Parts: sequence; structure tokens; C-alpha cells
Amino acid sequence: MSLFVDILSWACILGGGFFTIIGAVGTLRFPDFWSRLHAVSVSDSAGMLLFILGMCLQAGLTLVTLKLVLIGIFLFITGPTATHAVANAALVTGLRPPIANDIEPEVEGGA
Amino acid sequence: MFLIGVIALFIAMILMLYRLYVGPTLYDRVLATNSFGTTTVLFIGVIGFLTERPDFLDIALLYALINFVGTIAILKFFRYRAMGDYPQPEHPEDMQ
Repeated sequence: MSLFVDILSWACILGGGFFTIIGAVGTLRFPDFWSRLHAVSVSDSAGMLLFILGMCLQAGLTLVTLKLVLIGIFLFITGPTATHAVANAALVTGLRPPIANDIEPEVEGGA
Repeated sequence: MFLIGVIALFIAMILMLYRLYVGPTLYDRVLATNSFGTTTVLFIGVIGFLTERPDFLDIALLYALINFVGTIAILKFFRYRAMGDYPQPEHPEDMQ
């Protein structure tokens, strides 16, 4: 039983690390601010949750797991909130995503 | 096992620092700071597990709280040109 829990937590930690790195690489490679929003939220949500789950499995039903769950819930709520706040502030102060009419449409009147 | 997690988080933090340095607009930098903070929370948690010290998780929780407040404070300043509790700024068209 404990071997299975170890393997599961090992997989969660590896998955969390994978998603965190994917999010970070995405934040570097994406062309503009608006697409980077997506990349950051990948590492904020998936990476974070997998790490917290992996650590919870490793700790079993103790006080440590309670603290981890509290951290997980808090980050789960504030991650998207912060990302929304950044997007709202950027949009209001004039940072506009490059929408279709910036790129000359191939077909006249294209969407 | 946790060592691999620590290395993965460390690489992500380095990449986020690079984005923080390069980021053209201010909001890229705020985004990178927020993500760097969240990664630091996980980093402290994993280091706590690595060194068998459960009290690190209190530090991680506190860091998560402060990171969020800091991000919102920066954004509030740049969105409202002030902390928002002064009288409204003179150019209201910026406030649509």
C-alpha cells in the first residue's frame, strides 16, 4: 500500500515539475503579453496542484497535509484572481491584443 | 524524488527571472513576479519536505499571502495611477 502511495506521489511531483517548466518555457516563448497570460496560468494551476497533491500523499493524514491543503486552496483562488487583475489593468491602461484587423486579411472582409 | 521537484522549480524560477528582465511591458514583469512568487511558495514547501522540517509550510503559506497582496498593490497603483483611495484622477477617459 505505501509503495503505491509513494509511486503516486512521485508521479504527482514529476507531473507538477513538468507543468511548471512547461508554463515557464511558454511564458518565455509566447509572442505577446496576452498569450503569456495563458502560459503563466498553466504553471500556476496544474503545476501547483500536482505539487501540493504529491506532497499531501507523501505526508499522509497529518497536520502537514492540512497546511498543504490550505496553501493549495489559497493559491487555487488567488492564482486566477491575480492573473485577471493583471489582464484588467493591462486592458484598461491601453495594452491591446493584436486582433484581426492589425494583420491584413487575405480575403477582403475576412473575420 | 523531491530533489527532482526542487530542480524543476529552480529551472522554472530562472526562466521566470529572465522573463522578468526581458519583459517589454510592465504587465509582463508583474506576471513574471506573480508566477515567481507562486513557484517560490512551492519551492519552500518542497525544501521543507526535503529537509524533514514541517514548519516550512507556515512560511510558504505566509509567502503566498504576501505575494498576492504585493501583486494586487502594484496593479492597483498602475491601474488607478494612485492607490485608488485618493480623489479620482483628472483624466477620467482613462477609467472606462
